[in-house]
Amino acid sequence: MLSNYAFIGIFAIAAITFPLLPLILSRFIRPRRPTPIKLSTYECGLEAMGDIWVQFKVQYYLYALAFVVFDIETIYLYPWAVAYGQLGLFALIEMAIFLLILVAGLVYAWRKGALEWI
Amino acid sequence: MEIAFFIITALLTIGAAVAMVLSHNAVHSALWLVLNFFGVAVLYLLLNAPFLAMVQITVYAGAIMVLFLFVIMLLGSEQGQEEVNGLPWQTPVALVMGLLLVVMAGYALFFPGTPVPTTQTPNEIGAPDILARKLFSTYLLPFEITSVLLLVALIGAVVLTMKSREGDRV
Repeated sequence: MLSNYAFIGIFAIAAITFPLLPLILSRFIRPRRPTPIKLSTYECGLEAMGDIWVQFKVQYYLYALAFVVFDIETIYLYPWAVAYGQLGLFALIEMAIFLLILVAGLVYAWRKGALEWI
Repeated sequence: MEIAFFIITALLTIGAAVAMVLSHNAVHSALWLVLNFFGVAVLYLLLNAPFLAMVQITVYAGAIMVLFLFVIMLLGSEQGQEEVNGLPWQTPVALVMGLLLVVMAGYALFFPGTPVPTTQTPNEIGAPDILARKLFSTYLLPFEITSVLLLVALIGAVVLTMKSREGDRV
């Protein structure tokens, strides 16, 4: 049964090798004559300012949580959709209740203005 | 072939878990945890549960890890505090518990007379349609409660973040 996933495995290995190989190759081929300017950290040609480790805005957390909520919703929707023919009306109503409860959360966040970027 | 693959995956998964614990930078710990989650997903594949493997990747390695990383960045704790041991009793207790676990596992392994709980993995347990039939019959209440739990989490996050909106930080 493992051979069913051999393609995914080969694909993953190829995907890792593809960007890694040029990096390793260039390490051996390139000339190495470092100067302070060459070694300096820059972004868009400008000298980097401050620390990279900045404190994130708390709003990112809300977006991440909303993402988790709808991710889990998808996870439940998928098996429900696959087995829809065998489940019938009862499961449809159950799923509707499930979705309504989650939509209530989204509506609440929306009405509170929590989804607006400030 | 399959057992060799299992051993490699298991070692990789455990290695990632150990690296996660030992890493000093919290962001690096989180990234090691991602590798650990991927290892567990492959283990699910080995148990004939492809759907669970995909769930493991999309929910844990995807959504939950994003949440973890945001919390780490939010608290600014990625630098790792310098050995401030706030729980001095933690180390001895952890040692005793770990030893106890090893003894119990060893006992279960080397004394076959004792009832060792074995989990049966029917070939099609991971199939989405069988999962759905279980979900909408036996596990209906937990399924519905999940939605309430998610609702509570979302409302809680909105209430907590709205408070700090006036005093904007970054």
